[in-house]
Amino acid sequence: MNLTLKIWRQNGSSDKGRMVTYRVDDVSPDMSFLEMLDVLNERLILEGDDPVAFDHDCREGICGMCGMVINGVAHGEQKLTTTCQLHMRHFKDGDTITIEPWRAAAFPVVKDLVVDRSAFDRIIQAGGFVSVPTGSAPEAHSVPVPKADADAAFDAATCIGCGACVAACPNGSASLFTAAKITHLSLLPQGQPERESRARAMVEQMDAEGFGGCTNTGECTAVCPKGIPFDTIARMNADYLKAASK
Amino acid sequence: MKFRRRAQQQQEEETVSLPGMYRVGEPIQDTKAPDGPIEDRWDTRRFQAKLVNPVNKRKLTVIVVGTGLAGGSAAATLGELGYKVKSFCYQDSPRRAHSIAAQGGINAAKNYRGDGDSIYRLFYDTVKGGDYRARESNVYRLAQVSVNIIDQAVAQGVPFAREYGGLLDTRSFGGTQVSRTFYARGQTGQQLLLGAYQALERQVAAGNVEVFTRHEMLELIVSGGRARGVVVRDMVTGEIETHLADAVVLASGGYGNVFYLSTNAKGCNTTAIWRAHKKGAYFGNPCYTQIHPTCIPQSGDHQSKLTLMSESLRNDGRVWVPKRKGDNRAPGDIPEDERDYYLERIYPAFGNLVPRDIASRAAKNVCDEGRGVGPGGLGVYLDFADAIRRMGREAVEKKYGNLFEMYERITGENPYEVPMRIYPAVHYTMGGLWVDYDLQSTIPGLFVIGEANFSDHGANRLGASALMQGLADGYFVLPTTIGDYLAGATSFGPVEEDDVAEARKAVQDKIDKLLSVNGNRTADSFHRELGRIMWDYCGMERTEESLRKALERIPELREEFWNNVKVPGDAEGLNQALERAGRVADFFELAELMCIDALHRTESCGGHFRAESQDADGEALRDDENFAYVAAWEWTPEGPVLHKEELNYEYVKMTQRSYK
Repeated sequence: MNLTLKIWRQNGSSDKGRMVTYRVDDVSPDMSFLEMLDVLNERLILEGDDPVAFDHDCREGICGMCGMVINGVAHGEQKLTTTCQLHMRHFKDGDTITIEPWRAAAFPVVKDLVVDRSAFDRIIQAGGFVSVPTGSAPEAHSVPVPKADADAAFDAATCIGCGACVAACPNGSASLFTAAKITHLSLLPQGQPERESRARAMVEQMDAEGFGGCTNTGECTAVCPKGIPFDTIARMNADYLKAASK
Repeated sequence: MKFRRRAQQQQEEETVSLPGMYRVGEPIQDTKAPDGPIEDRWDTRRFQAKLVNPVNKRKLTVIVVGTGLAGGSAAATLGELGYKVKSFCYQDSPRRAHSIAAQGGINAAKNYRGDGDSIYRLFYDTVKGGDYRARESNVYRLAQVSVNIIDQAVAQGVPFAREYGGLLDTRSFGGTQVSRTFYARGQTGQQLLLGAYQALERQVAAGNVEVFTRHEMLELIVSGGRARGVVVRDMVTGEIETHLADAVVLASGGYGNVFYLSTNAKGCNTTAIWRAHKKGAYFGNPCYTQIHPTCIPQSGDHQSKLTLMSESLRNDGRVWVPKRKGDNRAPGDIPEDERDYYLERIYPAFGNLVPRDIASRAAKNVCDEGRGVGPGGLGVYLDFADAIRRMGREAVEKKYGNLFEMYERITGENPYEVPMRIYPAVHYTMGGLWVDYDLQSTIPGLFVIGEANFSDHGANRLGASALMQGLADGYFVLPTTIGDYLAGATSFGPVEEDDVAEARKAVQDKIDKLLSVNGNRTADSFHRELGRIMWDYCGMERTEESLRKALERIPELREEFWNNVKVPGDAEGLNQALERAGRVADFFELAELMCIDALHRTESCGGHFRAESQDADGEALRDDENFAYVAAWEWTPEGPVLHKEELNYEYVKMTQRSYK
């Protein structure tokens, strides 16, 4: 199939940026979206043009490195799918596809479709862990965990930190990302001692990074490639309120 | 003693048989593993190891390159111990490292099932699984610390699968007869890595670790005979930076991407360990690669990477191809008696559950016969029709639903209705930089951990053992052994400016050269061609003829690369094409060493199958008389020099594997 791509090009964070139109011909329906961009980039290199910069690594939907807004939707319209796992068979010959970076105040553009998501690391630094130095752990079976709690914790822990939730949110909020970690750890007995301090510190860091507040729009969950449940945000708020009221 | 004599005989023969390709140097020994009963050796070494005073730790800097299970856990633990740690990764966050993609699980000798598991049994299984090409002392220690890893991960909040009573669930894996694999659905690597990542970020917050993301190590700084730092490129600004330290730890992962197509992440590369190799670190067993039998086949020339499907699928799926060559009918139209369930036919005892290397080679053989299915005839069917009839669709969905979904997302085919197509793919590299029992390379002060080293898996890694080794190295082994080295840091002296300048110049020269060629081919197109050569001639089956062909083609292609590659733009900012070109340049050199290693090892062992060395039934035949050693290669401008580390088995009896 032959496609028209409208891609956001921006040479560094101080550049204003613009949409540039490219044609890509002979796209196979079996290609992944990123492989289609590889084809474009190979051609741009040979033509002496600057290839389109985009982040990617594992290309199997788990590292969280890739992510672009495709036709206005973070990671594209395919549900529960990262950009790297989106395949061209979901498009038609003659389609025009717009491709933009995550847009959020807290995710400055580095180049083209590459953004700086280091704010997520700083939110984890604020408290997204259990303080257990290596070698100090008790025997694993000394603390049983009800299966339902372990499963629910796992569901929250599957967040890949891609940032689609932020890109989709009209407020540019990182609530789903932050809540996923808070929920994961607060559901487990190992997370209890630091539960309140964690919630407070992580929420405060999230605000300090310039992410917006949550207004229960739910766009985050809709685009999340791992289906992180919306009610994690309620859990985060509960933990935060409890901590803040002390 | 017996082996030493044989090794010497072999040396003489080889110097004659492969003239000009390499030289044989002095044998090498692991001088750090203590003697005595194997179960006491790690305790002995820990007690012998010198300690660093807590006050002095704060004055010592350790560089850790890579943030996967090994690098992330090491950086976190070294930070906790009080060292000043600088951690580097090429991704935008340490959490992205490719350990995250490991699906299956992590082995540990907890014996929670009471099914007869023990540290000794895990040790035994791992040595045997490695086809008797790993060190006993290292593997025993690995089995010992495996139990501590599970404790540590659980305490961090890693949400392992649990049973209704609240205790940890385990499953059996990879042909072992005990249930010792701990898992977190199909995302065990992700959950363990996030545990290490969170521990690392905790140390960042505490001010003990500084993480440099989007920084790629391009050169090692060696001064006064010791590893003293790295030269890195800030991939966003393009700036070349120097970072000095008292010790350097490489945890930069495997080199499977030398084959271009592999299950590795796109960014995985050999540059860090290859630069260290050229600075004096010996490379151990470079030809040992693991080819995983159940991957989704290539769909066309555009293919950029391959995706693994969990091996567990072979528990219920039946592998087959048409009996007739070039049979193009849809699978459903091929009647039962015209199908060849070749694994069940050739290996009636193990059937579809033969080990990875055997299943992979059998698939290659039927495809070579022209009976492969799907695009290019490079695939075999993995059919669940019988399982669905037997168990019902619902039961199959419960067991494999997420894998079926993943398959459908990538191929557009519904495996409930048409059989899956699978094909082997490069998955893991057992080879890596040579290290002693302390995980120290032949350059003092350069430590190598995780997949980047050669150590614990011998010639073949068992399922669920990579996560175990990465975390054993990073959490428990390295933090102890590096102290013994750093205790002498007061005598290291200053880093010579000339040594830094030389390393920086090497980096700058290479970048300038890559940008100046301005030819007609992209780095990716060279990488694809190199990968094809490696896959065809140094892949699942190797022969003297194929390897010699590869050794002709690789230097030719490398020369063309340096004369005809086109790298756009400049080095001043983010330039992903430049990053890729630099990695491909190093893959070329590594590829050649891999082929030389594969050529010199005329036996078959584990993942290394030399067609000339097989028994009457076509199975891999080891040659313990001549090859029970680690091949540790030294880089010299005149060509590689082979140093042999003899392997002695005091506890495990060497036998030939059989799965019929």
